Amino acid sequence: MGVLVEADRLRKTFGSITAVDEISLTVSRGEVLGFLGPNGAGKSTTMKMLTGFLEPDGGSARICGIAMAERPKDAKSCIGYLPEGAPAYGEMTPRSFLGFVAEMRGYSGDSRGARVHAAIMRTGLQDVIDQRIETLSKGFKRRVGIAQAILHDPPVLIMDEPTDGLDPNQKHHVRHLIAEMSRDKAIIVSTHILEEVEAVCTRAVIIDKGRIVADGTADDLQRRLDYHNSVAIRVDEAVTSDVVAALEGFTNVQRIDRRAVGEGQVLLHAIAREGTAIAGEVTARLSERRIAIHEVYVERGKLDDVFRQITSQEGRGTHA
Amino acid sequence: MRNVWNIAKRELRSYFESPLAYIFAIIFVALTGAFTFKIGNFFERGQADLQPFFTYHTWLYLLLVPAIAMRLWAEERKSGTIELLMTLPVNTWEAILGKYLAAWAFLGVALALTFPMWITVNYLGDPDNGVILASYIGSFLMAGAFLSIGSCISALTKNQVIAFIVSSTLCFLLVMSGAELVLNLFRGWAPAFLVHAISSLSFLNHFDQISKGVIGLSTLIFYASVIGFFLFANLIVVEQRKAA
Repeated sequence: MGVLVEADRLRKTFGSITAVDEISLTVSRGEVLGFLGPNGAGKSTTMKMLTGFLEPDGGSARICGIAMAERPKDAKSCIGYLPEGAPAYGEMTPRSFLGFVAEMRGYSGDSRGARVHAAIMRTGLQDVIDQRIETLSKGFKRRVGIAQAILHDPPVLIMDEPTDGLDPNQKHHVRHLIAEMSRDKAIIVSTHILEEVEAVCTRAVIIDKGRIVADGTADDLQRRLDYHNSVAIRVDEAVTSDVVAALEGFTNVQRIDRRAVGEGQVLLHAIAREGTAIAGEVTARLSERRIAIHEVYVERGKLDDVFRQITSQEGRGTHA
Repeated sequence: MRNVWNIAKRELRSYFESPLAYIFAIIFVALTGAFTFKIGNFFERGQADLQPFFTYHTWLYLLLVPAIAMRLWAEERKSGTIELLMTLPVNTWEAILGKYLAAWAFLGVALALTFPMWITVNYLGDPDNGVILASYIGSFLMAGAFLSIGSCISALTKNQVIAFIVSSTLCFLLVMSGAELVLNLFRGWAPAFLVHAISSLSFLNHFDQISKGVIGLSTLIFYASVIGFFLFANLIVVEQRKAA
């Protein structure tokens, strides 16, 4: 079975506010879906409906082919879920807390112990297993949350901001863990950190105001930027006109932007027409004329810019 | 039922992992003792029974049971663990029942810790132990009824203080509904059957019956229906408001 998570026109309203407006998406085994969006876009609400915490006002969710509305217990058994902020019973220790989750997941006796042990080892909780959770640092609390989510080795893993508030080492560890598990699972990770999408996700969905506004790989999204594949050339100000002259007549260059960068140098941006690859031709033309260049590189486009571009275009209906 | 048991076990253990359980038990035992001997004139009455002891249970429960109940759901909602709990493969009713039974069992433990009272009265005289047992059962049932009210109210808010005050008040009204003070408010204008219905809601009347040693069917049905009603309301509230 390829597709493990299916959302079909999920909708949720709170009073007069439509938090999630007909979101449909599928996630297959082996995929890590990055769920992006500004705060309040509906990421968490969508995840809460996928995990069966909230009943949708419209549409349906299927996990491993099981309809959440019809057989919630079976569907929930297939999911490991890290809610936002990694809530846990503070007065318990990671050992007793994970033991409780294991029991609720149907393990008892030796298998319960083995599951708890495996989850503890995998998330690196060995040193704190007998401390009360409320006394743990944020990073460890998050790991406890991840440990309870992966304890039963679920085919579907849904994590709401798993790296929020962690230091760079902890982030790296969590991302490594996600990458490690991604082979045989369908994983959804919500985040507003775009580097995370590039680091771990095979696909990104951007939602804004409860709607999906973009869906694709990180590359796909970058291609949406008008400066995608543009060539940046840093030269002395004096040779600016030479560069412009060299690129004249090259129709794939739409325009050349220029920006002073100090020390008598300028950064020229040769903007590619419709994102076509122009780097080869541009460098060939420059070296042909023997123009002294300090630096030349291709702009791939920052996901941050994609994000800003997409989520600030109000009402342009850029459905993907 | 496995889920109910697992949840109840976790809840019960968490009572004893915090000072709450010990403080509650100590205060409960100390106050029942103080009321019995000081206000209830246990010795002066010269009777070998626990009447003065049980009389004050109603009033103690009014304060102490909502204190146990207030955290049942309000805390889950506030800390977000409700999201964790309800996304485990568990039905809402299993969670409600598990948490409720744990709290009730805990109240049972606190009640059982008053056993020196029973020993005292048996040492001093020759009481009717059947009546005492019935009174203990009645007291336990009343605690369970208060607890179901508190559990339901606790699911309505994230704020434990609000949960406490509201459920205390509601329990108080139910206790007082048999008192002349309340009934007189209705007597002037309401039909007799309504007055009778209100008075039959009174915890006090039912508890009085039991503490005389009579566990009537009507009393059992009364407590069972109060508990059933409020736990059902609890279920609806949790389903409706878990996200808010």
